[in-house]
This record gives sequence, structure tokens and C-alpha cells, in this order.
Amino acid sequence: MAKKTYIQAITDALDIVLEDDPKTLIFGEDVGKNGGVFRTTQGLQEKYGEDRVFDTPLAESGILGLATGLGLTGWRPIPEIQFMGFSLEAVDQIIGQEARMRFRFDGLKTAPVTIRTPYGGGTHTAEMHADNLENIFASTPGLRVVMPSNPYDAKGLLISSVENNDPVLFMENLKLYRSMKDDIPDGKYTVPLDKANVAREGNDITIVAYGAEVNEALKVADELAKKNISVEVIDLRTVSPIDTDTIFKSIEKTHKVVIVQEAQKIAGVGAQVASAIAEDAVLSLDAPIGRVAAPNSVYPFALGEDTWIPRAKEIEEKVNEILNY
Amino acid sequence: MANKPIVDFEALKNNLSNVSKPIQVLNEKAEITDQEVFDSFSDDDLVEFMKKMVWERALHEQTMNFSRQGRMGFYAPTEGEEASEMGTVLAMKKNDYLLPAYRDVPQLIQHGATVTQAYLWSRGHVAGNKFEARSMMPQIIIGAAYDEAAGVAMGLKKNGEDAIAFTYTGDGGTSQGDSYEGMNFAGAFKVPALFIVQNNGFAISTPRAKQTAAPTLAQKAVAAGIPSIQVDGMDILACYAVAKAAREYITAGNGPVMIETLTYRFGAHSSAGDDPKRYRTKAEEQPWFDKDPLIRLRKVLEDKGLWSEEQEDKLVDEYKASFKEAIKEADAVPEDKVSDMLKRTFEIPTPEMKKEIAKFEAKESK
Repeated sequence: MAKKTYIQAITDALDIVLEDDPKTLIFGEDVGKNGGVFRTTQGLQEKYGEDRVFDTPLAESGILGLATGLGLTGWRPIPEIQFMGFSLEAVDQIIGQEARMRFRFDGLKTAPVTIRTPYGGGTHTAEMHADNLENIFASTPGLRVVMPSNPYDAKGLLISSVENNDPVLFMENLKLYRSMKDDIPDGKYTVPLDKANVAREGNDITIVAYGAEVNEALKVADELAKKNISVEVIDLRTVSPIDTDTIFKSIEKTHKVVIVQEAQKIAGVGAQVASAIAEDAVLSLDAPIGRVAAPNSVYPFALGEDTWIPRAKEIEEKVNEILNY
Repeated sequence: MANKPIVDFEALKNNLSNVSKPIQVLNEKAEITDQEVFDSFSDDDLVEFMKKMVWERALHEQTMNFSRQGRMGFYAPTEGEEASEMGTVLAMKKNDYLLPAYRDVPQLIQHGATVTQAYLWSRGHVAGNKFEARSMMPQIIIGAAYDEAAGVAMGLKKNGEDAIAFTYTGDGGTSQGDSYEGMNFAGAFKVPALFIVQNNGFAISTPRAKQTAAPTLAQKAVAAGIPSIQVDGMDILACYAVAKAAREYITAGNGPVMIETLTYRFGAHSSAGDDPKRYRTKAEEQPWFDKDPLIRLRKVLEDKGLWSEEQEDKLVDEYKASFKEAIKEADAVPEDKVSDMLKRTFEIPTPEMKKEIAKFEAKESK
């Protein structure tokens, strides 16, 4: 057990899967000698050699095409897309090729690819270096989308993702990379890819969140606890699939729900959660579904982020509104 | 100031057109233009090449018939491209990995899929893809196969196999960024991949001349540091000899090669309503029809007393009879079920999908 950052937890997981399975390969832009622009692959090329951890030419579609082909020939690729905005260059390989592979061949050929990529705002980066594109990918059948909210989950979910025989988009939150530390067990452990986590138990209202917003929701829960309001926080962990059973069970108890996402509100994960509740569990509620999401503008430039991204303040306001309905 | 410009760009551009003649063994008049290569083939080899082209032509004709009867789905006609397709695929070994495009179904069959599976693929049934052969299904996204071929080739190399990746695209396909990315990755990693561009003159209706200012498509490999060559795509002996030589060069550990075959799509882009009369004239087509790869080799074989019209007719009948059997088998395959579509989306169905599967299974059992 040691205190580790989100980045260190990811490096830990990569070290373990490289050690465990000789078929795993890590590649992408600057992941070798440089250890990745965020140092998530630090030391891995040195330890496992250039055959297992290597730099590629600068082309995202090429990187993921390489992954697809390696998967077809018995390898287990873990490509990195340096920033999620760049994944748009490779949408065909993700959605058009890898996500369809098992379906196409009825399992005779598969794409056991885990695509790692940093996403999310709040670090004042250049354009296209901060984004929340999970809404595009979470609606893709055949692809799992994983969004850990803390170092412990990041390690366990990443190991599960690599071990899964289907393609997984593993989204790493930029803001969380160095801003939090957890006690992380040293060896291997896994976190399931289809189970939400009850991050905080409570009775009065449920907050459903994922990624960095889970930590914002926990801050709100702390704040409201001082006023004797008991908030349950559900961390989705994976946005495809979404574990609706855990959500339904929670709102049966609390009768109130606020759904939080860092991404724009339109056609996304929060909308999917709201629709699932409306369809199958609406009678558990005694107030409207509350939603907190980013405005539906284009993702802002660096200086606009701080006012644009919803954080604890906006969540608390919405929770109070729903509580007082 | 001197009048002489610092760089003569026009001269640089003109230099690009200094390319060697496409490789050829038999010319349009069926004259042998490379005796040494020609002599490397036995009479049996020559007959085998002819049989393969007759098979592909018969497959095309029968498939078009089925298509007119409404018994096919998407079909990309192959008439005219027999030398390019059969010549190159015959250089493949069983362990080589094929990444075909949609007009490369005959190669997929040569590499191990059945005609029944090809028909099922055309109709849009998953059973069409359940071949054991080392191959992707025919790629629809033009360019994607080139990216994937780099990965397959790297995988084969890492496996330590004596095998290479064979992939195909067309003249239009070379305009896709992915085609360049795939070749560039393969070159950078020095992996065993053979990139074949079947330049059949048209991307649906858009002529080759409108795809690029590059004088040849083979040149597209140059920027990736890959050796490339143009081949007479109506000459099966040249196509085979070059593909075989390329395979030997690649398996010796020299990295990828690109081949541009100069061929022609005699018919439409697809069986679904494309009419070449809208974008090309009979006068443009005729010289290519005269280059028909079957005519060329047939003449050589007849001169050698190795081939006759009766023999060919008999073969065509046999092949077509086998295709009729194949489509009967395809007819007998049960309809795909929604519950099965859901089951093969993920290895481990998601909780949501489990519910959906149960719902459809209940419906389907009624």
C-alpha cells in the first residue's frame, strides 16, 4: 500500500499488465523514451524494451489501425491517444472497425484493444487538448467507455480493461492526473467494468456523477452533511455500460436525484441516465430529475473554462433546488 | 540580381514524370516481352493462370445473373480485373494475412472463404464472415485496410511467422489519408506488408486523372520510403511475377512494398444502378476491352496447343454449376436473429443487453 497519484496508479496498472501478459503492447506518440507527455508510461520502455513499449509516427488513425491489426494477429494492444481531441482523427478505427470486430466475425476475430486517452477540462490547455467526448463514444455498441474518478479505480479499471477481450476506451481525467492521491495496493486488483460505485451512502438525495465530477459531488455531500442533509453519491465508473440497477436502488431510498456531468448537456450520458430513470424508475421519485452539465456551447478556450465547467457550487445549488421542490 | 531562379520548380515537377515503363511479360498482342520471366513458367503454370481467370470471369457473370434475379446484395463487378486480382493473390501463401477491399472478393475466396460465404457476405449475413482463412472481411471504408495491414504485418513479424500482410485498395483509395498512414507506419516499422493498388481507372465515376497530380500512384509510396512499381494489370504473368518477387523481398526482412496494377473496370462500380455511360464513352472503353487479360493469355495457350474453346466452355459450365450449388447453400442458411446480434456485440453482455437479449429471445421463441 502506498499513496499514489492518478498518473502513478495508471503506470502501476500498465506495469502489471505488461508483466502479466507477454502479448500486451503499449504504443503511441512519445510513450517510449519520453514516458508520455504526462509520464504515465514513465520507465516502461526501459523495463520492457522497445518491442513492447514504443513510439509511433504522429498519426492517430495509423496508431489505432496498427492496434486493430495487432489485435487480429493475437496481440493485446494498449495504444495511447495523446489527447482525446485527437481521437477524432481516428474515429473510423474506433467506431467503424474495432467496436464492430466481434460482431462482424461472430467472435472468430476480435479487437482486444484498450485505448487510453486524457480528457477533461480545468487545466487551461491549448484548443482540442481539453474535451469531453464520451458522449460520442458511449453511444457506440461494441465499445466500453471507462471514466475513473480516482487513483484506486484508475488502476483496477485499467487492469480490467486490458484483460477484457473487447475494445475499451479508457478516459483519464486531466484535472485528476496530479491533483489527488489514494492509498493504492501494490499488486494486482481489478474493478469491474459494469458496476457503479456507491462512493458515499446517504438517504436524502442521490447524486449520479462520473470522472472528476464525482469529487465535486463528494465535496457537496461534505458541505451538506454539516446541515444534516445526507447525500448519496454514485460514481458510474463506466459510462458504457451504465449500471442502472445501482442508480435505481439508490433512488428507491432517496426519492430524489441530480445527475452531474462535466460534458455539455446535449445528447449525452446524463441524458441517458435521466431517460433510464424516466423509463423504468420514475415512480421512485418525488421530485423532478435534476441535471448539472456544461452549457451547450463549443468547448471553451482556456480562459473560459473556469466559469464554463460546472463544479461543486453549481451542484450544490441544483441539489438544494431539488431538495426544496 | 541574377535572372536564374534559386529553384527550378517546373523542372522538379517534370522530373516526377520520369518513371520506368510498367512491368510486362505479355503485351497486348500476346507477344512475349520478357522471355526470361515467361520461360520461368511451366505449361501447367500457364494453364493454371488461365483457369483462375476463367474462374473469376465465370464467377462475375454468374454473380451478375444472380444479382439481376434479385438474389444478391451489394456486389462490386470484377470483369476486366482478373489478371490483377488472380495474378497477385496467387503469390500469397496460406499463412499470409489478407486485407481485401470490397472488389477483392475473388481473392478472399482464393484465400479460403467459400463462394457460399462470399454470397452471404454480399447479402449481408454474418455467416458470410465466418471463414477460418486469415483474412479480414472485405473492407468498406476505403483506406482503413492500409492502416490495419501495417498492424497485421507488425503482428506477424512479432509472432516470428514467415508470413506477410497482403492488402488492396484502388486508385481512389490512394487519395485517403489512411492509405498514406498505413504505408508510412509499415515503412517506419519495416514490417512485412504488400500494398497493392489496383488502378482500374475510376473511383465510381471519378477518373484517375482527377484523384491526384502525381504522375503515377506507385509514387505515393515514395514519400513513405517504400519501393513501388507499376505493373501491366492486364497481364497475369507480370502481376504474378511481380507480386511473387515482392513477397520474397518482403519476407527477406526488407520491409514493405507497393505495387500499382494498371487495370480497368469493364463494367459498373457496383451492381446497384451505376451506369458507366454517364461518365465514359465507348471510344474510351474499347482500347481497354481489347486488352482483356483473358484474350491475351488464351492466345498464348492456344498457340502452344494447351487450350481450346471447348475446354474453356466446359470449365465455365463446371464453375457456374458450382456457383449455383453455392447459392443454394446460402439460401438454406437461417435468418439472423436479433438476440444473436445482441450476443455478439460484446463477449460479456452488459447488464442492459442481458435484459434486451431476454426480451428478444422471448419474442423469437413464439
